Amino acid sequence: MKKEIIPSLLLTIVCILFFSGVYPVIIWAIAQAGPNKGEGITIKDSKGKYYYENIGQKFTDDKYFWSRPSAVNYNAAGSGGSNKGPDNPDYLAQVQAAIDTFMKHNPDINKADIPSDMVTASGSGLDPHISVQGAEVQIARIAKVRGLDKNKVDALVKAHIEGPMYGMGPSRINVLKLNIDLDNLK
Amino acid sequence: MSPQILGVVVMFIATLFLAVPLGRYISKVYGGQGVWTDLIFKPIERLFFKVSRIDPAREMNWKQHLVALLTINLVWFFWVMFCLLNQSWLPMNPDHNPNMTPDLAWNTSISFLVNCNLQQYSGETGVSYFSQVFGLMFLQFVSAGTGMAAAAVVFNALRDKTSEHLGNFYNYFLKSCTRILLPLCMLIATIHVFEGTPMTFKGIDTLTSVQGDTMHVSRGPVAAFVAIKHLGTNGGGFFGANSAHPFENPTYLSNIVQMIAQILIPFAMVFAFGFYCNKKRLAWVFWCVMTVGFLVLVIPALNAEINGNPYITQMGISQPGGNMEGKEIRFGSIASAFWCIATTVISTGSVNSMHDSFMPVSGMNMLLGMMVNSFYGGVGVGFLNFFIYVILAVFIGGLMVGRTPEFLGKKIEAREMKIAMIIALFHPFLILLGTAIASYLAAHDTNMGWWFADAAGKHNASGWLNNPSYHGFSEMLYQYTSSSANNGSGFEGLADNNPFWNISTGIVLLFSRFLPIIGPVAIAGLMAQKKFIPVSSGTLKTDTGTFGLLVFAVKVIIAALAFFPALALGPISEWMKMH
Repeated sequence: MKKEIIPSLLLTIVCILFFSGVYPVIIWAIAQAGPNKGEGITIKDSKGKYYYENIGQKFTDDKYFWSRPSAVNYNAAGSGGSNKGPDNPDYLAQVQAAIDTFMKHNPDINKADIPSDMVTASGSGLDPHISVQGAEVQIARIAKVRGLDKNKVDALVKAHIEGPMYGMGPSRINVLKLNIDLDNLK
Repeated sequence: MSPQILGVVVMFIATLFLAVPLGRYISKVYGGQGVWTDLIFKPIERLFFKVSRIDPAREMNWKQHLVALLTINLVWFFWVMFCLLNQSWLPMNPDHNPNMTPDLAWNTSISFLVNCNLQQYSGETGVSYFSQVFGLMFLQFVSAGTGMAAAAVVFNALRDKTSEHLGNFYNYFLKSCTRILLPLCMLIATIHVFEGTPMTFKGIDTLTSVQGDTMHVSRGPVAAFVAIKHLGTNGGGFFGANSAHPFENPTYLSNIVQMIAQILIPFAMVFAFGFYCNKKRLAWVFWCVMTVGFLVLVIPALNAEINGNPYITQMGISQPGGNMEGKEIRFGSIASAFWCIATTVISTGSVNSMHDSFMPVSGMNMLLGMMVNSFYGGVGVGFLNFFIYVILAVFIGGLMVGRTPEFLGKKIEAREMKIAMIIALFHPFLILLGTAIASYLAAHDTNMGWWFADAAGKHNASGWLNNPSYHGFSEMLYQYTSSSANNGSGFEGLADNNPFWNISTGIVLLFSRFLPIIGPVAIAGLMAQKKFIPVSSGTLKTDTGTFGLLVFAVKVIIAALAFFPALALGPISEWMKMH
């Protein structure tokens, strides 16, 4: 073992310099040509304020399309899910409470139209998307609160559907982008 | 075919198409044949060996290999312990994260050293960028390289020859990192940068949301990290939510890339064995056995997640997306269910959804994937685990046909069998012993004193469970299974950052990493010294479907006998309660 200590130490040092020094610097240099220089893709609203496109935000106000429940309250200084098991009675009570709240704020809809993603927490707690159905069940409320034509809101939602990638994966709607455009809707 | 199903089928087939040529390339790298990467990396490697005073042409026997492997691993352990215990004053800490506690640093260093990446901290608050890049990411490269080098030694020993000389450890190790891992990492990290994964050394950004709330956004050099995390089947996430985090895994495309990246080398190592030892048919038999095992686990999980939670159905809402608790909309329940099994049959342990919230059937299949731990398995070590089962199957097959068991022209005798049995039985022993102790403590609600305190400061052992009843038992079973399989995923509800869990899983991790490397290398080394026996009409043919079936049966029998009682107390009871 003694014979191997010096070569091991020296090889470790050069490997640290190479894999932890050279490699990340190369990727960082590539990122300078990437979107927003590798600092996270941002979008701006009409007032010029910027947001991170991929990081979901808390939307609980009736005049906005709601985002999903979050175990970390959409504070992206951390991340994580509820980690509740599917038969945990506390968890099921929380889901029931979320359904009741949703029904209270959206009295015009059928309960059976609520998709489960609107009452369950995402894995990261920062999910930027909701399902298409999750947006559709909120159209009536948005139109009423904002005094807008329902068809107009409906068209806005349709315009924000991101379909499957080359025919693969689920359809989804970025809540942040949808709400920014909703604010611009007259 | 629905778009979500199509997505996972494409992922799987694409991996296979890439893995065969990669396997040929890996076999050439270990065989010392010329490859196109010589142009860039040959001078670099020569320089590294010169600086380190290593002669890469010095042949080692199996014992010398193991000594070199263990020595360099020890050096790495001390380096990363140093980083984690001193990160508060070391550079690159824009968010001012504090030093780790000694028990957490012990667990984290071991966990990354052994390619497990069980994370009992959250990346946003638990580590500095220095620790991430120079400590943890460094280990992600070299621990993967270690596993692959050990597999290369076994490949070398299984060639038709009688020899003590099995190549040079440092040579296999460094080439695994520079020739195989690094070029692919460059490609994968670049794709991620353009998909929107951050690669910056700036700290937390503070901004006001559309609705007017103040929010903080953690960033960091994520793209470089996420590439090696998957390619090396490490699985440790940059952020707490791992690949569920929208920065770490921003799009459906990045999800596909990460999935391919993690299964690619485990696939390719099987084919590399075939090319290296000129046993291509046997390699395909091995691959098919692994694939059957994978499909048996993944299909019920897909089905369970599509159908959603029966209790939520009873509440009268719809579940068009399936069981969405703990899952992200952009992946959907199908890509998440596929991932949860893929990440557990290989030893990645990264997650793109929270395993604690999956249906009982999926939870059981994740556990089974880790209990067998060789339906593909981790880079290098997956093949080694599989090799143990092959030795057992050869022995049983040999007894059935009434001949001395032999594999690839070498006799399997008592000494090899003893090693194989110890390795095969040690895995269930570690899992069940740990789970038994933890569940005894939880069931008796023991006062744990210094060893454990929950968020409220109480020392009662039941406080580490996030869910009651059967699911709580599964949380503990999962933690030890994940540790012993060097997987690293978790039923993350478990409150595991405390001395009891940090120290006990740390010990399990050490044993379960190094014994399954030492055992197969020793067996292969012993076999290599033996006289070669040419194939005759009485030889048990191994490159046939029958033999594949035998290997599969051995796995099922060992897993079923060892783990069925524990599974019955956890996910099986939970399933019966729900239906």
